[in-house]
Amino acid sequence: MKTEKSSFREKNKRAGGYLLRANLKKWTISIVRGLLLFGLCFMIIQPMLTRLCTSLMEEKDLYDSTIVLLPRNVTLDNFRIVFDLTDFPRSMLNTIWTSFLVSIFQVASSTLVAYGFARYDFPLKRFWFGCVIAIIIIPPQTIATALYMNFASFDVFGIITAIRGSGLNLHGSIVPYVLMSATCMGLKNGLYIYMLRQYFRGIPKSLEEAAFVDGCSTLHTFWRIMLPDAMPTVLSCFLFSFVWQWTDLFYTRNFLSSMSIYSNQLSTIVSRMSRYFSSNSDVPVIVPVGRQQQLISIGVLICCIPLIILYVFTQRTFVESIAMSGSKE
Amino acid sequence: MSNRKKKSSRERWGLGESILTFIPGNSTYNSMRSRNARHGVLFILPLIIGFLVFMARPLVQSFIMSLCDVKMQVGSGFSMTFNGLTNYRYAFTVDPYFNQRLVEEVGRMAINSIATIVMSFVIAVILNQDFKGRTLARAIFFLPVILASGVLPGIESQNEFYNMMQGISEEIANSSGVNLSAALQDLLAVSGMGSGVFDILFQMIDAIYDIVMASGIQIIVFLSGLSAISPSLYEAADVEGCTAWEAFWKITFPMVSPLLLVNMIYTIIDFFMKNDNRVMERINEVMYSQFRFGESSAMSWIYFGVALLFIGISTVIISKGVQHYED
Repeated sequence: MKTEKSSFREKNKRAGGYLLRANLKKWTISIVRGLLLFGLCFMIIQPMLTRLCTSLMEEKDLYDSTIVLLPRNVTLDNFRIVFDLTDFPRSMLNTIWTSFLVSIFQVASSTLVAYGFARYDFPLKRFWFGCVIAIIIIPPQTIATALYMNFASFDVFGIITAIRGSGLNLHGSIVPYVLMSATCMGLKNGLYIYMLRQYFRGIPKSLEEAAFVDGCSTLHTFWRIMLPDAMPTVLSCFLFSFVWQWTDLFYTRNFLSSMSIYSNQLSTIVSRMSRYFSSNSDVPVIVPVGRQQQLISIGVLICCIPLIILYVFTQRTFVESIAMSGSKE
Repeated sequence: MSNRKKKSSRERWGLGESILTFIPGNSTYNSMRSRNARHGVLFILPLIIGFLVFMARPLVQSFIMSLCDVKMQVGSGFSMTFNGLTNYRYAFTVDPYFNQRLVEEVGRMAINSIATIVMSFVIAVILNQDFKGRTLARAIFFLPVILASGVLPGIESQNEFYNMMQGISEEIANSSGVNLSAALQDLLAVSGMGSGVFDILFQMIDAIYDIVMASGIQIIVFLSGLSAISPSLYEAADVEGCTAWEAFWKITFPMVSPLLLVNMIYTIIDFFMKNDNRVMERINEVMYSQFRFGESSAMSWIYFGVALLFIGISTVIISKGVQHYED
């Protein structure tokens, strides 16, 4: 021990105090960084922790003013109630497959469009890119009513009417929304186009030129060369799309209202509570606010947990693999 | 070389040429430029179809509505009579809240968006370093992306009773509890330093939770840019005797600066479209509870114009100030 210490001093002396300074600097940086990160992380995670704590409480714990965070009577009953209230296994399964389907369509079409914008020059390019910016900025609420009426008798420039005699009624089916996703008009689709375009522009042109000289067709170049390179960005777009679709209420309410989707169930959970509790006791029950809040928090927790797990598993691929594929010149 | 390239991509398509590009059997059709143009159009075809089918009609409709006096009629939808700019005049001069809220929100946005960008950049730089528990920290900083999206942010505050209780408990906290930033502000005001700069600073400190919550995506975008920087650049800089501070400004910052624009645009849009934005609230109020469709369309077009203006300004500033390494 002592020899080590003296050797550190000796080394420090020989280096003219450099070693001590370097070590001090390193420690200061990591302490400051640790404090900063801890503070910010705590701020983000604190509401979640509170939710987790209250979710395990029995109802009487909620009104006990001596209990602040930790439950005295731990129970998992609340989760069962929330599962019943939100039609749990079915709504979750529906959410999973619709989110998956919709985000795949969104990302696939956005990738194609982004590549077109990044690499090709064509008439009216600026106008179309202006449209991309427009679909990012225009809140979906402004066009929702008109869209809804559109889908009551869906038609493309009178073509369908000409064939079938009347427009298609697409209310209550997932088809309109999938169509919108496949044509870049889904939730925040313009943003994915923008992000992917920015990435494609960063890939050196020489790659495609080489492919062209070797006789590779356009689609082949896109599929075999550009897409693998852009995969991390594509994946992160997919993740965003998945998460946003998962929690989205606006499009879900407008287009998927006939299906049992978790976000929709969650948004109307309060209205079903009193019915649920009164059906158990045959007497109309008014659910206290604290209890309502507790059940909502549990709903939020259930909504977040799968997404967090998904992120933890995918973050390595989509944040860290970018460094591997970085072919910047 | 790069200059020439820029020029060729800026070259405008003439009307005749763009038509000939899509008609086979002429010399323009067979040129390389036309071939590429056709491929490009094929790639963006989904967007073109989507825009024409789903977006164009509602947009035009809402624009026409904003220029009309719209009345709901029982059974037969709407009746519209053209009345020029009356709705826009209404938004600016008659509506008691719209103007004031628009100015307030724009001011708040200007401060918050800059704070969000700076904050997310700093956090991304920290998260890009090597330390213990990095995966955990990254997962936690991803939480705002989830928590600030869709149904989740409003759900707990939408509960009416809860809002009532919240108001009461906040009052109690303000009267009895310790509000550190308010106390500090008072102290500074007493010592004669409560100037405008400090007010903005305190506004930011009070809004720090909102700022962190709004910076989830930005952190991830910056992080992906940061991790794409090749370590050999830093090694070379280190060998040349570059300090970490210099390396940050000469390597890190220029390499991620193209992402600044993406993030800035995203931040502005995110702020403008938030559900708890008070201008949006006003527009919804006018539309759904007063049924003034014309006036509310005019308001949303004004709002849209303001958003576009801001995006334009920040695009010009950032792309002037940022070096492009990509071309």
